[in-house]
Amino acid sequence: MDTSAIGHSAQTPAISIDRIEKWFGTRDNPVHALAPTDLNVPEGELLVLLGPSGCGKTTLLRMIGGLLEPTSGTLSIEGQSLWRGGERHGEALAELGMVFQDANLFPWLTIEDNIALPLELKGVGRKERIARAHELIKLVGITGFEKRWPRELSGGMRQRAAIARALSYDPKILLMDEPFGALDAMTRDSMNLELQRIWMETRKTIVLVTHSISEAVFLADRIVLLSPRPGRIDTIIDVPMPRPRSLDVQAANEFQTVAKQLRHRLAEIS
Amino acid sequence: MSAPVTDTPTGFTEKKASTRDTLLPWITTPVLVLVLLLAWHFYVSLANVSAFILPAPAKVWDAWMDMLSSSRAWSHTWLTVYVTLVGFAWALVVGVGLGVLLGRMRWLELTLNPFIIATQVIPKVALLPLFVVWFGFGNTSKVIVAAILAFFPILTNTVLGVKSVDMGHHDVMTSLNASRWQIFRRLELPSSLPYILTGMEVGIVLAIIGAIVGEYLGGNAGLGFMLVSKMNGYETDGLFAVIIQMTLLGFFFYFATGALRRLLIPWHQSVNLK
Repeated sequence: MDTSAIGHSAQTPAISIDRIEKWFGTRDNPVHALAPTDLNVPEGELLVLLGPSGCGKTTLLRMIGGLLEPTSGTLSIEGQSLWRGGERHGEALAELGMVFQDANLFPWLTIEDNIALPLELKGVGRKERIARAHELIKLVGITGFEKRWPRELSGGMRQRAAIARALSYDPKILLMDEPFGALDAMTRDSMNLELQRIWMETRKTIVLVTHSISEAVFLADRIVLLSPRPGRIDTIIDVPMPRPRSLDVQAANEFQTVAKQLRHRLAEIS
Repeated sequence: MSAPVTDTPTGFTEKKASTRDTLLPWITTPVLVLVLLLAWHFYVSLANVSAFILPAPAKVWDAWMDMLSSSRAWSHTWLTVYVTLVGFAWALVVGVGLGVLLGRMRWLELTLNPFIIATQVIPKVALLPLFVVWFGFGNTSKVIVAAILAFFPILTNTVLGVKSVDMGHHDVMTSLNASRWQIFRRLELPSSLPYILTGMEVGIVLAIIGAIVGEYLGGNAGLGFMLVSKMNGYETDGLFAVIIQMTLLGFFFYFATGALRRLLIPWHQSVNLK
């Protein structure tokens, strides 16, 4: 494993979370989605947020991504605080790329235009952004589909395009909210391998939400297990298996040990 | 065991079996029209129907040919086209503009809704005499009737379109820190376009009806006026000729909006992949 990225955590962490908390609902019927939480994600780490439904993992990720404002606490991306007086900070946001459970590609744009959309919004010229889109299409392995409509692609290919879109403006951090949750088991396995490859090629910091134990253990450097009512961090587990990991790693002892530990803990908390 | 077929592109096969479906109407439609014409012809000649009640198809054809060769008839036709298009254009601009506002602002929708429903349930044709009083017998009163009729479907469809914007797509734009204008231009507008086009397809047909009704209630020109003068002149074959002309006009506008659909939203599932 390339531990150097983690070893450098003495510098500013990619994501630093300080006592953030989230309440939903009305005054009469408040819901405590996430209790005050601290977490640092070092540069280059692949961190997985795992937990049963209602544990606040998606809430936490959406707060990191600037889609939800924390009720209290502070959140810094690459050393810059994300929220400033109720407004999201553009420079901090520029370091974040988001991938959702649904690919959320715009059906009226071709694959290459979808991938280039973030660059278009940032005012990059057409020639330059299409060139960049083609680079990324190659990286995520959907060459030949540049001019297709999203509806002509399979679910797995659409999700690859969504990853390419999130990478288009070269953010340092990739946030993924159950990105492969809607895919069938076999496509999911191959997407996990692909994600590991893309991560090793691009050296991004990745925070990924999942409710699949095996996906978590396969991908993660570190797993944060959350428990519900209210959502909070329960345990943090390191997964010190070498990279690149093949799908066979699921049969390895280390894998089984971590998976078993997680399964038992999950049964206790949910 | 299922092979990993999920990672192969879908959608290429989805419309393959439809060759026969697209060809069939090209055969059945002419056949049915011919059968109808023959039935008409034999009914008129065998039952000895008076030409005043129902002229034979050949007589209607002659009357229509006469009409096509008369420049007066063409100027009536162009006037109806003009009134329809101007009324439709107003309906489009106001309907889409107001629809976008109502779709985004809940309070405005709640405030204006009773009035919008009122404008929908009023028999708009009944307002025509009022417009004639206000704007005279010229084109303005007819344009207004055409516009009011076409306005409602365009408005409701636009509101629906703006409200149907996918929340996931919104999240993408928010996470990309898009401005209000970018969200409108790059997301809300293209996403509503299929709905707006549906409103336009209904609206254009209503605009023709508005124009024609306007002409025959309060006009001295246009196809609607021609219809009334043929009736007053007891020229039933001429009446049929005007009706044919109007129908062709309707077809033209209907297919024009269909072409617009293929041009503007080739990505939408309402447009078949080649």
